[in-house]
This record gives sequence, structure tokens and C-alpha cells, in this order.
Amino acid sequence: MQPDWSAEVHRELVAAGVRVVGYVPDAGHKRLIELCQADTNMRAVPLTTEEEGIGLAAGAWLGGEKTVLLMQSSGVGNLVNVLGMVKVCRFPLLLVVTMRGEPGEFNPWQVPMGQTTARVLETMGVAVRQAGEAQTVAPHVHTALRLAFEANGAEAVLIAQRVIGIKSFQEQRNQ
Amino acid sequence: MTLRRREVVNELLRDRGELLVIAGLGSTAWDITAAGDSPLSFPMWGAMGQAAMMGLGLALAQPKRPVLVITGDGEMLMGLGSLATIGVQAPANLTVVVIDNERYGETGMQRTHTADGVDLAAIATACKFKRTITVTNDVAPVREMIYRSGGPNFAAVKVADEKLPLVLPPHDGVLLKARFRRALLGESADVLPEER
Repeated sequence: MQPDWSAEVHRELVAAGVRVVGYVPDAGHKRLIELCQADTNMRAVPLTTEEEGIGLAAGAWLGGEKTVLLMQSSGVGNLVNVLGMVKVCRFPLLLVVTMRGEPGEFNPWQVPMGQTTARVLETMGVAVRQAGEAQTVAPHVHTALRLAFEANGAEAVLIAQRVIGIKSFQEQRNQ
Repeated sequence: MTLRRREVVNELLRDRGELLVIAGLGSTAWDITAAGDSPLSFPMWGAMGQAAMMGLGLALAQPKRPVLVITGDGEMLMGLGSLATIGVQAPANLTVVVIDNERYGETGMQRTHTADGVDLAAIATACKFKRTITVTNDVAPVREMIYRSGGPNFAAVKVADEKLPLVLPPHDGVLLKARFRRALLGESADVLPEER
């Protein structure tokens, strides 16, 4: 039985006092998004592009609230320039990223960004934690929350594609 | 009579009271500084396209305070999707004002899309903003929007395409962030919570 990483991460966000969750949907984040939407103490904010999440999180922090952003690896590519603001202002940041483009990926157009997600983040000054197993996701999020909001860290937890499941075209069609 | 940007911004920020201000990079950051620097103003030096989203985050975190985003037409055009995101969240305390000179003022006064008729207020209307307006000669309705809540509100203020002396705010991002939080949240902004 796989640990329920989505519920564990939601509990970590609650314990850390996260009140705003910005997201661009990903199939791997479906359950965590639903848990945040159902949580009356959280504001789940759908974004048109991941970049908006950086402004959202920075603005909320100016106002005294903690934000976490959920996205898939391709969305990391949309963040690059605005991560400059995170670095120069030392805004706290936590990205929870579900990976695409890893071995077994059915869509070849996901591969280039998936292969470079960690390097892109690190190049822009975001510390990367790789969660390769379901049971390691929540502990990584726990550590990253502390570093983000107590040390003004810019942190990302990357959840491996094998943790969220690799879908074939046929499975996508049947969803 | 054509509106002039510094006079417009001075008028919008006069007797600002509880107002929290985010300014987009470039001319609007200089404009709010010319009107009088304040710790409760956050002038952006980069992150083009994110001013409105900064305002949304701040408005959600501080629902009892009026929040004003004051930015340029080029900056707003880079973040049009954020108008849709704001429309969905519908914060009553947020007003977005675009100081629209129809030019990219920092890069050689090239024409923006608004010079060719792109209507930002109409886009905001389509994105479910409660009140939207374009003004060309009187900013009193914009002031009323900012200080009376009932938002999200959007105003495009058409101004002359003039190049003005730079009036620069502090440039250190950490300072801008820290002074804003301290002025808004008090000393608690600087200390870690005791409970874990």
C-alpha cells in the first residue's frame, strides 16, 4: 500500500500555517488540490500560468501570509525571469512540482523541460529536493517549509513521475 | 487637456490613509516615489507582468486594507492572464490602475498594443472586474474607486507620453520587503513564531 503523500503534504501545509495555495493543475496534484480547495482555512487560487504564482506568493508574504505553489515540471520553465525577484528580495518560496518527461513518459514534448527542471531551478537559486518515493514527499516538504518561511529560502520539492504514476495514451483517453 | 502622469499619481496617493501600494517596474515606480516614498509602497524593479498578482496576494492577505496596484500599459500587457485570475478571486479591496501612455517608456518610447487600440478596461470587464473605467481628463472617479472598496476595480488612465526625470526609490529588494512588512505587521514581522 502506497502512503497517501497528498494527505501528508496537506497536513504539513496546515501545520506550517500556509493559507494560500496557488496552482496550475497537474494530474499528479489532483488530490492535493482537492484537499486544499476543501480546506476552509486555505485559499486555493487557480493561475493561468505558473509565473503568476510568484507574484501571488510575494504579495501575500508582504501582507503576512504564507503561500505554497503547486505545478508540473513544464511550468517551471514559465518561472525563470520572475525567480529573479525571489532571489533579489529573498522572498520565501516553496514549489511542489510533479515531474513529467522522466523515463516512461508517453508525450515526447514533455521530455526537454522534464530533463532540465532541476537544473533550471538551481540555476535561478532555488534549492531542489528530489522525492523519488511516496514516503519521502512529506518529509521533504516539511524541511522545505521550515527553510522557506524561517530562513527566507527558495525551495522546490520535485515529485518523481514514478510516484504519481506514468500514464499511457490509452489510460489518458479513458480518464 | 491631456493628463500628466505625475500629477495623476500625486492625486491618487494624496491623503492615502490605510492604502497599500504596489507599483510596476519602470515609470510607475518612479511616479509613486515622486509622490513621496513610503514603507507601505512596494516599487518593483523587475518581474515584469507580476504587479497585479502582487496586488492580489496582498489583497487576499490583508482583506481589511485597500490595495492599489499602479502600473504601466506595457507591464500590464505582459500579465493579462492575471486579470482573469483576479476576476475569479474577486477581492473587494483591490484596484488596478494602469497609467497608460501607450509607450514602453524605459526602452525608447516604442508604441505598446494600447496605442493600436487594445482596450485594457474592456479586457478587465471581460475578466469579471466589478467596476472598470477608462479616463482621459478626470481622475476623480479613479480616486473614488480606490478608496471606496467594492472591487475588484480597474482603471486605465490615458496620459501624455512624456519622458520625466527619474525619481528612484530604494533599490535593495530585501529592504523594500522588510520595511513593508515591518510597517504593516509590526515587530512580529521580524521574529520567528514561538510555537512549532
